[in-house]
Amino acid sequence: MYKYDSYDQAMVDARVEEFRDQTRRRLDGTLSEEKFRPLRLQNGLYLQLHAYMLRVAVPYGTLNSAQMHVLADIADKYDRGYGHFTTRQNIQYNWIKLEDTPDILADLAKVEMHAIQTSGNCIRNISSDQFAGATADELIDPRPYAELLRQWSSFHPEFLTLPRKFKIAVIASQTDRAAMKLHDIGIRIVKNAEGEIGAAFYVGGGMGRTPMIAPLIREFVPLDQLITYSEACLRVYNRYGRRDNKYKARIKILVHELGADEYKRQVEEEFAHLLTLNIEPPIAELERIKAHFADPAFEAGASDALDLSDPDFALWVERNTLPHKQAGYTIANISLKPVGGIPGDASAGQIHLMAELAKTYSFDELRVTHAQNIVLPHVRKADLYTLWQKLDAAGLGTANLDTIEDIIACPGLDYCSLANARSIPVAQKIAQRFADNGQTGTLGELKLKISGCINACGHHHAGHIGILGVDKKGTENYQLLLGGSEGDDTSLGKITGPGFDEDGIVDAVEKATKVYLAQKQEGERFLDTYRRIGMDPFKEAIYA
Amino acid sequence: MLDYLRFREDDTPDVSAVTVDAFLDQTNAAAVRIEPGDDARQLLPHLEQLRLVEVNFPSFGDGRGYSSARILREAGYQGELRAVGDVAVDQLSHYRRCGFDSFFPDVPFNPEDAQAALDRWPYVYQAAADARAPIWKLRHGDQG
Amino acid sequence: MKILTGNDLKTGEVTWWTGQDWSIHVNDAVDVGDQADTILAREEAARRVNSSYAIDAERDADGGVRPGHIKDRIRALGPTVRPDLTLKPADPEAGNWVI
Repeated sequence: MYKYDSYDQAMVDARVEEFRDQTRRRLDGTLSEEKFRPLRLQNGLYLQLHAYMLRVAVPYGTLNSAQMHVLADIADKYDRGYGHFTTRQNIQYNWIKLEDTPDILADLAKVEMHAIQTSGNCIRNISSDQFAGATADELIDPRPYAELLRQWSSFHPEFLTLPRKFKIAVIASQTDRAAMKLHDIGIRIVKNAEGEIGAAFYVGGGMGRTPMIAPLIREFVPLDQLITYSEACLRVYNRYGRRDNKYKARIKILVHELGADEYKRQVEEEFAHLLTLNIEPPIAELERIKAHFADPAFEAGASDALDLSDPDFALWVERNTLPHKQAGYTIANISLKPVGGIPGDASAGQIHLMAELAKTYSFDELRVTHAQNIVLPHVRKADLYTLWQKLDAAGLGTANLDTIEDIIACPGLDYCSLANARSIPVAQKIAQRFADNGQTGTLGELKLKISGCINACGHHHAGHIGILGVDKKGTENYQLLLGGSEGDDTSLGKITGPGFDEDGIVDAVEKATKVYLAQKQEGERFLDTYRRIGMDPFKEAIYA
Repeated sequence: MLDYLRFREDDTPDVSAVTVDAFLDQTNAAAVRIEPGDDARQLLPHLEQLRLVEVNFPSFGDGRGYSSARILREAGYQGELRAVGDVAVDQLSHYRRCGFDSFFPDVPFNPEDAQAALDRWPYVYQAAADARAPIWKLRHGDQG
Repeated sequence: MKILTGNDLKTGEVTWWTGQDWSIHVNDAVDVGDQADTILAREEAARRVNSSYAIDAERDADGGVRPGHIKDRIRALGPTVRPDLTLKPADPEAGNWVI
């Protein structure tokens, strides 16, 4: 994975000192909260319901064990012994003190980590495919491109006060595991007819209160123009994105109001101009970054044999592991969704353990997924049973990846000052309901996503089943959505009808799954059945 | 406290800025003031006659002025480029990178804070409107 | 009653205005009548509180203070999904108070 050189390190160290200075000025009264707020946000520091919250960047979701250990140490030393992995592949801490934050950032900088631009109206942490470099179905590892973009977007002088936040995802496989078309810019690394590698740009997707699927703006940007084209996309947005209404300020609204063709025309005009300015890093820089992402030293001829005589292990292998590009290896997913647990939370002890296991069994690498789970990307099959036993003993061996128990949930009203309703208790009750009724396996792949408000941090629009918490005259109420998807077949869920209270929404979800089980045809997932039969049969059952 | 900060050798031009609309009507003015909604590219045919361009930041969170500044510098504008209004001291090095060479903030800067902000970044990651070499150039020289 | 709440500037802890100072216990909150704006302006300026605001609340049967909105009740208690981290860690039913 990427290793800082002295330049990268100097930039992150400078950022720590900048924030130390800004914090001092806030605490001594030189800076008002109004002036300090955007500065702290660009360092990932929010003021949430119970305390400050710090969001630490995990660039494209990739971590090594030393970094993971420091994340655990921060949880112990500065927080209350746990961290929360987020849908942007980051980690956040819920009980942070402002006065400690500069020291936390300094601890992070020692292991090449930071909280730069994890909030605020700027280009955020670049996300990517959690199986990058390991999966058999990718064209090429997308992370070097994400790293190139990370450096370009860090402290970009023109784009630190955009109309609104800006999220970029980069993938390079046929299967989209990063919800690429639901980003401000989604980039797919592709090969053109001449066999050259380049980037397809999808611009103007997003969730939030006005969900939109990003249209394809350009089929092929040559690799030696990637930064220049990105700069053109951002400049048009910075100049013309709406600033009169914060709810209409995301680039999706600009692209929608201009129309994709007109936005594209403006970008092309800016791009032609920017090409004359030589702002593109040389290909040698991309090659330098790529060298950091070379394959680890896989053992040639490692065995593909697995002893599946332990049924619990066999179930975990079936549900939580995926084919690796290298024979004898597998991709192991650690579910952070134990039944009754808090989606995405891990204790300091669990984080330390995952770090150790990555060091021993996965070439020192871990990934954070947008579904709030952890991946050990390169595990030798011969080690898999031992690994699983160690995970299981620490409460990390739950076999429920991509099932109805593997719920994405935002922190909701238990932690978040924007939320209208709690998300986590709903996730816990649903997972418990299906663990109890034994249907989790029967239902197969079923992506359920819960947001506690319209900002959609829990991706409810993109859930096969989505749940949106709303405030109904001071009480929590939950709307049900069906038919969303964030994959290659991205679609937005539709609201079934009137909302429910907390117990009512759990019942409604169960009723929807019964319709699926009664109607499904051979090989159909919940989503496929919904698409075939439509909303009506579900509505009838849910509101009967 | 610093109520005016300037990074030019020449004398401050003794001219007052007119709006972009007024400038385009009355093309003999030597100074113009760009508001966030103005299109800086409308000035490009007239850069030769301009000695001062003020870019107004009514609120520091509205970043359109950064693009306006770069667009003028990219087109070869050599005159004074002044940020006025709610100019944030913490962003000084970013304004400089976009081509601003003078500052007239609503609230005067603390000189120490201003100097710290100007000296903050040992390197830069991107090519912009200033002369600083991006990190990728330091890594690779002029190859590629 | 009208009560005042905010977060401690340095630590971020949720606090309630007691008439003299800021307390982490909502039951210490006092009715400020029409003085909310005056007190908040003074306390913010002195950096004893951050992001403060006034809310409606009621005094309940056993003399406790109950904020009018669920969001402030959760702020007063702590996260309902982590009873161990609330101000009432020994009471597993404490979360029901917020509903």
